[in-house]
Amino acid sequence: MMFEARQAEKTDAPFSSQQYAAKDQKVSRRKEGSAVQADQVETDWAALVLRVRDHQDRAAFAALFRHFAPRVKAFLMKSGADATLAEECAQDVMATLWQKAHLFDPSRASVATWVFTIARNRRIDALRKARRPEPEELPWGPEPEPDQAEVLEAQQDTERLGAALAQLPEKQRALIERAFYGDLSHSEIAAETGLPLGTIKSRIRLALERLRQQMS
Amino acid sequence: MSIRHHLTDPLLMAYAAGELPEAFNLVVATHVSLCDECRARLASFEAVGGAMLETEDVAAMSEDSLALCMDRISGLSQATARRPLKRAGILPAPLADYVGGGIGKVKWRNLGMGVKQAILPTGKDASARLLYIPGGQAVPDHGHRGLELTLVLQGAFRDETDRFGPGDIEIADEAMQHTPVAEEGEVCICLAATDAPLKFNAIIPRLAQPFLRI
Ligand SMILES: [Zn+2]
Repeated sequence: MMFEARQAEKTDAPFSSQQYAAKDQKVSRRKEGSAVQADQVETDWAALVLRVRDHQDRAAFAALFRHFAPRVKAFLMKSGADATLAEECAQDVMATLWQKAHLFDPSRASVATWVFTIARNRRIDALRKARRPEPEELPWGPEPEPDQAEVLEAQQDTERLGAALAQLPEKQRALIERAFYGDLSHSEIAAETGLPLGTIKSRIRLALERLRQQMS
Repeated sequence: MSIRHHLTDPLLMAYAAGELPEAFNLVVATHVSLCDECRARLASFEAVGGAMLETEDVAAMSEDSLALCMDRISGLSQATARRPLKRAGILPAPLADYVGGGIGKVKWRNLGMGVKQAILPTGKDASARLLYIPGGQAVPDHGHRGLELTLVLQGAFRDETDRFGPGDIEIADEAMQHTPVAEEGEVCICLAATDAPLKFNAIIPRLAQPFLRI
């Protein structure tokens, strides 16, 4: 994080990069305090991705990079990549975020969830060299002006899940983490996560029902 | 489509985590294409991945990484048009992609008694194939030496426990002893995947039995 300010100055962005950087550092400090982020200072990551999408905003991208790249790198290292490969792949993931910003729908998933899916796919390519067929895409978005209430809900879902993860018994959390780090085979993955997934499922289910009605 | 038989949580979580063999990925992606219920459940497991990433320890990037990435995106166009894969008749997009089009593009191989199969090109840790089963014929299986997923695309089959119609998925493991048979009427077409090695001689004797009795 020491080099952040310098890096930010290199970008000739039309928008204040300092502003993003400041918010980002607050989040990081709280993380270092290892507290559950109950009173976390919010950065509106979704808004930054939309700025990347609509204005090719490099300062917004830099803020996203500083927050997510080190997390993606850690995720990939825990998944078995060495530091060099993890760093390369984290760069790829962030470049993909830049390129595919138009595919991000903030009313369906938080930025963290979206970045996770990009990182997961990069890991499958890099570590397993396997192909991963994706479900059919639905003609449902992203819309130019997403519903702010839905965007907030998607973001809060991720925060609630994070808090729930932190409160799980160590053993149970470790099992879920191992599943996501590719440390368990599919037959070893347990059905019961102990996480409040019902609200997320319901939210997406409702959105799908609305979509089906519009289509028919 | 009223789907009654869905994917299990462990399968959806493994797919969300990116830990399934390719052949199973194909079955999951195909079912999710047909099933909003499982699509929503999948989204909830992907959100677990997002929450983990957010609470993840960080691994510091090297000092020049942001500058490098900034240079890199300067040369990147932001793709604006998306070209989503298309469904082809009874084949949802991910499956149509493997077949290279609709059901007419499938290169069937006869197994006898009107039953046909086509093995799809996937990684070797599990295999996927399409099955074509005329009404009244048994669904070929491998004696379930591993996990076997069978997704109905057209028609239906029944076993001792239940009926499986379009979109339904049957999940069978080693412990399961059953004899699924295609319903009379429309030909039953299924996508099946197993992580047991494909053994053709395990399929042939069962199909050959009616001949032997003549
Ligand atoms: Zn389902």
